[in-house]
Amino acid sequence: MEGNDNALAALRKAQPRFQGIVSGHRACLGCGEALATRLVVETCGPDIMIANATGCLEIFTTPWPESAWRVPWIHSLFENTGAVAAGMEAALKAQGRQTKVVAFAGDGGTFDIGFQALSGMLERGHDVLFVCFDNEAYMNTGIQRSSSTPHAAMTTTSPPGRERMGKRHLKKDIISIVASHHIPYAATASVAYPSDLRQKVRRAMSISGPTFLVIHSPCPLGWGHDGAVSIEVARLAVQTGLMPLIDLERGELTGAMPIRTPRPVTDYLKLQKRFAHLFADTPEAHTELEHFQALADHNIEKFGLLGIGSQSQDTEGADTVQRGGMHYA
Amino acid sequence: MPKALEGSQAIARTVALCRPQVVAAYPITPQTHIVENIARLVADGELECEYVSVESEFSAASVALGAAAAGSRAYTASASQGILLMTEVLYNIAGLRIPMVMTCANRAVSAPLSIWNDHQDSMSVRDAGWIQLYCADNQEAIDTTIQAYRIAERTELPVMVCVDGFSLTHTLEPLELPTQEQVDGFLPPFQFQRALDPRQPISMGTLVSPDFYPEARHSHHQALINAAEEVVAADDDWAAVCGRHSGGLLKVEGSEDAEIGILTLGSIMGTLLDAHEQHPDQGKVKLIQLRCFRPFPFEAIKEACRGLQHLVVLERALSPGSGGIVSNEVQAALSSLEQTPRIYSFAVGLGGRDVPLELYQHVLDAIARGGDNGFRVFDADLSKLPPEDR
Repeated sequence: MEGNDNALAALRKAQPRFQGIVSGHRACLGCGEALATRLVVETCGPDIMIANATGCLEIFTTPWPESAWRVPWIHSLFENTGAVAAGMEAALKAQGRQTKVVAFAGDGGTFDIGFQALSGMLERGHDVLFVCFDNEAYMNTGIQRSSSTPHAAMTTTSPPGRERMGKRHLKKDIISIVASHHIPYAATASVAYPSDLRQKVRRAMSISGPTFLVIHSPCPLGWGHDGAVSIEVARLAVQTGLMPLIDLERGELTGAMPIRTPRPVTDYLKLQKRFAHLFADTPEAHTELEHFQALADHNIEKFGLLGIGSQSQDTEGADTVQRGGMHYA
Repeated sequence: MPKALEGSQAIARTVALCRPQVVAAYPITPQTHIVENIARLVADGELECEYVSVESEFSAASVALGAAAAGSRAYTASASQGILLMTEVLYNIAGLRIPMVMTCANRAVSAPLSIWNDHQDSMSVRDAGWIQLYCADNQEAIDTTIQAYRIAERTELPVMVCVDGFSLTHTLEPLELPTQEQVDGFLPPFQFQRALDPRQPISMGTLVSPDFYPEARHSHHQALINAAEEVVAADDDWAAVCGRHSGGLLKVEGSEDAEIGILTLGSIMGTLLDAHEQHPDQGKVKLIQLRCFRPFPFEAIKEACRGLQHLVVLERALSPGSGGIVSNEVQAALSSLEQTPRIYSFAVGLGGRDVPLELYQHVLDAIARGGDNGFRVFDADLSKLPPEDR
């Protein structure tokens, strides 16, 4: 058996494998964004051009004169990624080339400061895949609140205190807003479900026109959890119903990953220091926890997430199946 | 055979002759007629390009940036608030060394709100790292636009062609439009060596630490200094094609041994020239049109001002709390002359205030009166202001 394993390992090494972003970059241990980026770029393949917003991803991959990118890549500014990508796409169209343009931005560059350029890009129908790595705050500048930060979460600009329970406003429903542009395809994904994520990237890449993916990507530093449990945290966000994995075509819901057994939101929240103040024995803390559970319940009902028992593509089965077939499940 | 064309229409047709592959457009007065005319050329099939109607000037500049980075010849136009909104992108385009051309239909900046002409918009981005060329008339706007593409593509620097809003953009003049053959012969197809390409992937716009940042800035500065040669060469080479010079770095009109110099930018030059030709004392005066403001032509200005006793700088912008912008730089350029002329720093024609022929005489009178030559808004009527503001 051992000999076989070694032979397999040797074969694997000999197999040429496309890597658009290579190791050696400076992301933190357990960075969800770095993993998500690798999965996306590998799936896209080499015939792409990337427009990257300012943020962690840009910083940790390109400290001059080094670069982790093996595909053409440009970083312009924080708020113009949609427009830069649109310009690149227009140029390729004018030159009669088929190369796909992919845009990368964090939640700040998507939900907030880059929102206008994104909306314009979607409205004009540019053939661009826009990927948002959503880690729910301005992590690159040191964990400040964004409109993607969940309510009640602690950030450096939404600290809990005697008068506050963390962020006072709900996470912006970006996927609905994007889907309202009636683009061919928009979806949510999670680093905890790489096969689902890859499938969504492949889907988006096969479509000519604007497509959008928001990928829930844990930030161990900003969320306050061990880097070793990033995947666990991301998976619990899906299994609780707080981060539904859905597909939308022309604004209509066309797919949702079923939850086999919904987990209580506290399972997700208690792993992260940004929610630690919600576990104090105070009426305010209890209320916020109830709000979280109500949000998860609302999502489960709205998107029909409740599974019908054991399914290969539900929140328990999805990843395992793609990894090695049902006999590993 | 000259044709009567509105400035904006002439600029639009000229842009089309340069065969841009991507045009990004967002409307702002007084730039609108330019992008409208380009849209019509595209609609009529006279210009084949991707015309991207963006949702802001910020995106207009960004689309042009992305297009040029991906290897296409790109164009946009703006003015005033639009220039200020895209300021961050303008710095970025220049820092990334992206060759492209934009027209600035010069207009005042709010507040107070004014849609009329001055140079506050382009002057506010003088440090963005773009080449800036100022046109005295619409024929220069045509010729300079064509030259701008060649300069941009040879230097890998963006070029801003500054054209006075309304006084040029909305004025009908008899103009010579070059032929497509003339432009094609002068301007080869765009080939950007650093263009994004999956066959040769590069990373553009990376994070640069203090170990490399000063060198990057130095090289950008040096590239602009070196670009002066290309500005002159483009003007000479285009003159060989069409027989017209636009003035290279600067243009001098009037007597070699003049005592008084009047230096200005943009369309004021036309007014001054008319006044100059009719004036009995014209032998004492020379007019200097600063065509290239960035890179700043120190040597050419020194040469043009050698021997002058008085130099009046007339400019259409100011730095509040300091004074003249161009005059400060001119003063710096002349400081090394053995005999420095007395420099008068005047802002005129702000927010579209009419610049009449009489300005010429008023300026000569101010010199004759002597006294204070410090900065002032020359045509401001202080009696309209409360005493404390005078």
